[in-house]
Amino acid sequence: MPKNPQIKKVLVIGSGPIVIGQAAEFDYAGTQACRSLKEEGIEVVLLNSNPATIMTDKDIADKVYIEPLTVEVVEQLILKERPDSVLPTLGGQAGLNLAMELEERGFLKEHDVKLIGTTSETIKKAEDRLEFKSTMEKIGEPVAPSKVVESIEEGVAFTRTIGFPVVLRPAYTLGGSGGGIAHDHHELVEILENGLRLSRVGQVLVERCIAGWKEIEYEVMRDSAGNVITVCNMENIDPVGVHTGDSIVVAPSQTLGDKEYQMLRTSALNIITELNITGGCNVQFALHPTSFEYCVIEVNPRVSRSSALASKATGYPIAKVAAKIALGYTLDEIKNAITGKTYASFEPMLDYCVVKMPRLPFDKFISASRKLTTQMKATGEVMSICDNFEGALMKAIRSLEQHVDCLLSYDFSELNEEELMQQLARVDDRRIWVIAEALRRGVPYDKIHEITMIDNWFIDKLAILVEMEQALKTQELTEKLLKEAKRIEFPDNVIARLTGRTEAEIKQLRYENGITAAYKMVDTCAAEFAAETPYYYSVFGSEDEAGAGDEYTFGNSENSAATVDSPDKKNETACGDQASAAVRKKVLVLGSGPIRIGQGIEFDFCSVHCTWAFAKEGYETIIINNNPETVSTDFDIADKLYFEPLTPEDVENVVRLEKPDGAVVQFGGQTAIKLTEALMKMGVPILGTSAENVDAAEDRELFDRILEKCSIPRPAGDTVYTAEEAKEVANRLGYPVLVRPSYVLGGQGMQIAINDEDVDSYIGIINRIAQEHPILVDKYLVGKEIEVDAVCDGEDVLIPGIMEHIERAGIHSGDSISVYPAQSISPKIKRVIEDYTRKLARSLHVIGLINIQFIVSNDEVFVIEVNPRSSRTVPYISKVTGIPIVPLATKVILGAKIRELGYEPGLQPEADYFAIKMPVFSFEKIRGADISLGPEMKSTGECLGIAATFDEALYKAFLGAGINLPKHKNMIMTVRDADKLEAADLAKRFEALGYNIFATKGTARALMEADVQVRMTRKIEQESPNIMDLILGHEIDLVIDTPSQGVGHSKDGFLIRRNAIETGVNVLTSLDTAEALITSLENNNIHGLTLVNIAEITTRGQA
Amino acid sequence: MKAFLILEDGTVFTGQSIGAAREVISEIVFNTSMTGYLEVLTDPSYSGQAVVMTYPLIGNYGICYEDMESDRPWLDAFLVRELSRMPSNFRSEDTIQNFLLKYDIPGIAGIDTRALTKILREKGTMNGCITTNENYSLDELLPRIAAYKTGKEVEKVSCKEKYVLAGDGPKVALLDLGAKRNIARSLNARGCEVTVYPALTPAAEILAAKPDGIMLSNGPGDPKECASIIAEIKKLYDSNVPIFAICLGHQLMALANGADTHKMKYGHRGGNHPVRDLSTGRVYISSQNHGYVVDTDKLDPAVAVPAFENVNDGTNEGLAYTNKNIFTVQYHPEACPGPLDSGYLFDRFMKMMEVER
Repeated sequence: MPKNPQIKKVLVIGSGPIVIGQAAEFDYAGTQACRSLKEEGIEVVLLNSNPATIMTDKDIADKVYIEPLTVEVVEQLILKERPDSVLPTLGGQAGLNLAMELEERGFLKEHDVKLIGTTSETIKKAEDRLEFKSTMEKIGEPVAPSKVVESIEEGVAFTRTIGFPVVLRPAYTLGGSGGGIAHDHHELVEILENGLRLSRVGQVLVERCIAGWKEIEYEVMRDSAGNVITVCNMENIDPVGVHTGDSIVVAPSQTLGDKEYQMLRTSALNIITELNITGGCNVQFALHPTSFEYCVIEVNPRVSRSSALASKATGYPIAKVAAKIALGYTLDEIKNAITGKTYASFEPMLDYCVVKMPRLPFDKFISASRKLTTQMKATGEVMSICDNFEGALMKAIRSLEQHVDCLLSYDFSELNEEELMQQLARVDDRRIWVIAEALRRGVPYDKIHEITMIDNWFIDKLAILVEMEQALKTQELTEKLLKEAKRIEFPDNVIARLTGRTEAEIKQLRYENGITAAYKMVDTCAAEFAAETPYYYSVFGSEDEAGAGDEYTFGNSENSAATVDSPDKKNETACGDQASAAVRKKVLVLGSGPIRIGQGIEFDFCSVHCTWAFAKEGYETIIINNNPETVSTDFDIADKLYFEPLTPEDVENVVRLEKPDGAVVQFGGQTAIKLTEALMKMGVPILGTSAENVDAAEDRELFDRILEKCSIPRPAGDTVYTAEEAKEVANRLGYPVLVRPSYVLGGQGMQIAINDEDVDSYIGIINRIAQEHPILVDKYLVGKEIEVDAVCDGEDVLIPGIMEHIERAGIHSGDSISVYPAQSISPKIKRVIEDYTRKLARSLHVIGLINIQFIVSNDEVFVIEVNPRSSRTVPYISKVTGIPIVPLATKVILGAKIRELGYEPGLQPEADYFAIKMPVFSFEKIRGADISLGPEMKSTGECLGIAATFDEALYKAFLGAGINLPKHKNMIMTVRDADKLEAADLAKRFEALGYNIFATKGTARALMEADVQVRMTRKIEQESPNIMDLILGHEIDLVIDTPSQGVGHSKDGFLIRRNAIETGVNVLTSLDTAEALITSLENNNIHGLTLVNIAEITTRGQA
Repeated sequence: MKAFLILEDGTVFTGQSIGAAREVISEIVFNTSMTGYLEVLTDPSYSGQAVVMTYPLIGNYGICYEDMESDRPWLDAFLVRELSRMPSNFRSEDTIQNFLLKYDIPGIAGIDTRALTKILREKGTMNGCITTNENYSLDELLPRIAAYKTGKEVEKVSCKEKYVLAGDGPKVALLDLGAKRNIARSLNARGCEVTVYPALTPAAEILAAKPDGIMLSNGPGDPKECASIIAEIKKLYDSNVPIFAICLGHQLMALANGADTHKMKYGHRGGNHPVRDLSTGRVYISSQNHGYVVDTDKLDPAVAVPAFENVNDGTNEGLAYTNKNIFTVQYHPEACPGPLDSGYLFDRFMKMMEVER
């Protein structure tokens, strides 16, 4: 069936800010879909509140609106742009929910707008628990005995009939928010209460617990003609009970025979057919480990995190195909872009093994529980590919960048037998390391299986890795042993540690014996057809096919000596890198790895734009990255994609083969920056700012010298290694001080200390993470925090704009509301900042991007941080100013001068719009995490408010972050003593908006004194009704709670904040944020917004 | 023990011996299925061939004897990247290592199966030798390898005596040309009484039993080798009894009616091939295993017309016989291994028999 000619203008809804459960995968899917729609001549209107996405670029869509994702905004947008169709299946749960609301209100019908890609009936059938269940029953697909309840009583009564444990799943939430397993009455009531409130429709599913069954997923596709295919199936190593986003997942399934595989495949296809989906769909199954009994757990009638993973695991572009199907094409009309020969109506066959591991944020939330449940906690993930499972797992482990590189990285050897068994029963992110320890002690597979329910096949694979550790420790390192260790992807440094040699020795030994990495292609078809798309993964002990593309070659690669030899040499054809010694220069772009707090999607934005800019300049581009959720790992972004860990060894393997003319590290965040030194040692020229200068920005002493030379002040401070030294420095500077490790990311391990005790405790925490670098102790200055990104060509410096943080210094820049253009600083200070930026960029010999953070305290400007790389603010500043910062920096890196590109150096004229970047948090997902803000970054994503006035931009930013007020007009304030005066002013303003203010004794008294009508409430430890009942009563809009400084903050405050967050109440922990909120509320309402098409912002210059 | 795969073109792969250590020369073909290795091992259509699995991890779920598609493995050798050292599945009764030894099937593990597959894809299916003899001589071996030809494979794999699977529905005569068990099982499950006949059974004997329908099965080898069977099939064609044929059966029916077949470069073997039903336009993912294909250009439309085609390469996947209750497919609606999507063809056959009754 050809394209539907009635579809001409499509509104694509994105997924908004990155939160746990909804991350970069939707930028990947959305970008792919938009490009696919444009390819078909469709006019694309894009709506997404997340400015760090590639999909919100004006070359991806025709009209781009970075506006809050609320029904009111979508309605206004539809009236303004008049699209004929809405494509809601690419924006995750957020996009789908919006579409449902529009449909339910009758708005779409009224304005003759069609939903394409799915129908509201389909969404309902898949997402409404009751309808889903009856649909499954109708087609004879089993679901676990369950009931949708709308009250606690109902839930308790039903549980009595099926028995504990039960699984609870709220309807219409993302990432399983508010769900969990209840083992007893108490847990049941607690989870139910929470889930009922979080569900958009006040429903929670109570079902028989199938924890411990195998969790299997199928990604399936269907077109309007009813053709159905499976793209991929996946098996969770962690059985049912752990959210698939937090599970280690392998593709394809490993422990299913053809009978089980086909049984579930057929079921998935029956389901997508019955749901009448046109596009992609994810079906999750629980399969009983010792029978053919299975249950359908869940269906996602849209592209999802799993579909992004399946796309990257197979090479099959699900989002692209889904978009074409939405336009009316059938699967057999859509070309398979990887092979260029076959069609989308086939099923990818893998000839390798894929492992996905979650990136969990417990390094950021030290107080949080590491327990994994049906509530997703991972912020991101890594994927790896190898021709054996052990190797894929080893590569995934080291891709995590969490100081882990093998199964010895978490040490449980101190535990006694009993403790180890207990630890084994604990389901957390370190479980495979615990299993490894159990295997080392000879605990039988069956015992481990009985406790963990992990399949013995996977346990045996872990055992193979443990046996290799033992062999390396105890046996002579023969060529054979080394070969086998590399085949299962033991990195050189681990082999070195285990054999007592140096990494250099191991490397040399490898080279002497011809044990080097070879690259195989991901081609969707297990080599059955020649493929055109160069998408590679490494293996040891096989012949290479990356060097010469996918032309027919075999027989003479140095890597193939182990398995293939041509005794008569008659088959030799050209192979290896000689064949591809092209005229084009090659550039290596290093990606930023998994999404984590502090290093998010913005760096993927930068990496992709930099790749495109290099391609435009005629370079052959090569990307190395391991994040399956991102645009950068899409098969058609770079000329070549290597899906590999970002460690020096893995990068060197690619370098040896590709011999790039240079590498860029300044766009891939700290991950890429950390590889600078290694690349230099490999002899790869660093394009842009040189390695020495990167180091100068990060090395405290070198940096101090530069500041001194430029006469730029910084807060007084010193470099120390021990707690004693730290205390000595702190006392000399005077408390409060800022303590942090050098080479930090997102303020990791950074804290404000107010006394010696704090210093002791922080140094303890910092030292939990392996520290190769010293610790910095700085005087903590109170003041305005200012941030600039700048491009320097070696002489001239271009500053797109100055940003100001709403929160005072002390809160990590990533967690602060960032305002462009800066509002409260004088022209004189702006000139000082411009001057300092110029001096610093020049002194550091920056070629390309630099990011600088300043504090303005008492009209004096101090530098607090310099990053010789792109930053989190680059995407949004690019979009609002019309200055394409990344392409500009890329051209500068290649030798162009700012002036030649049509720019006047210096601070650029301000844009016509205010742009306000608002941090977004995922605290409700992380049990036990303290939500109070400080120097350590905690936000997972961001949204943008863009408008012609400051107030409206601010209002939109809050709205985009989900703070949609007022609702009940009740709020609670509890502030520390130092804040009480200021709090009174705020309280009055909220009161003027009609808010009832509740407060505990101390705050209440202060407010009363200031003539605020405040209602006093009891503290937590006092008898009910107290402040907690108030929060749990669900009628509170807002809690303003400013925690006392230092480590000993009150337990009360923590409990209030946690409970409020888990109850879905907005919590602000800074008065500055609260002040911004009230300002925005005073002057705006949701119906009077002006929508800004950022595609109309004129591009400045010729970059 | 080391083992070597020596291809007709002189390429040598070195790996470890699995299964029997004896030397074997065969035709090397690849299969892209990710599951179903036991079904592949026991599919009689592989008689006279050695199979490379492109999926690298084989043996993960061990051997479940009830999944066998015939009573023994028929292929000459089995070539894999890696054999799982520990199978894990609740139904697993044995390891694949033991299974190969038990049935004296030689094999090789630890070779770069992707590199091998690419060679077969580019140069076409070729012969090869698997040996554990480290002192092999290419001069001696290569002519022997080149000379290998599949023999009278159908006779080898077909049942020797007819037998009956009871049922109270239509009576189906299944001509066993190397039938996979699930063909009879699929009919039996639909209530049919299935009488399985040896491949060389005369048409007259089958027709004398007055079946309601005739099923021609899959099977190994070059269809043109089956001259005498083709002659009998022509008689079945003339009988007016509804006929459904799969794979080799499809090819033989075509040959019996004036069509031609030719050997494909590297065939279709796997569980992911898209087949378009030309009567509806619908595409089904199918299980396939064939190295020969029917040439439709020489087909007289008065005799038969294409009913199915392969979406990837446009080759014929099935025929509808004009003015006859006969339809035939190149692929495997009985699956095992592979997708169950084409099971509806058995239902179509049931309907055909019903109408005739």
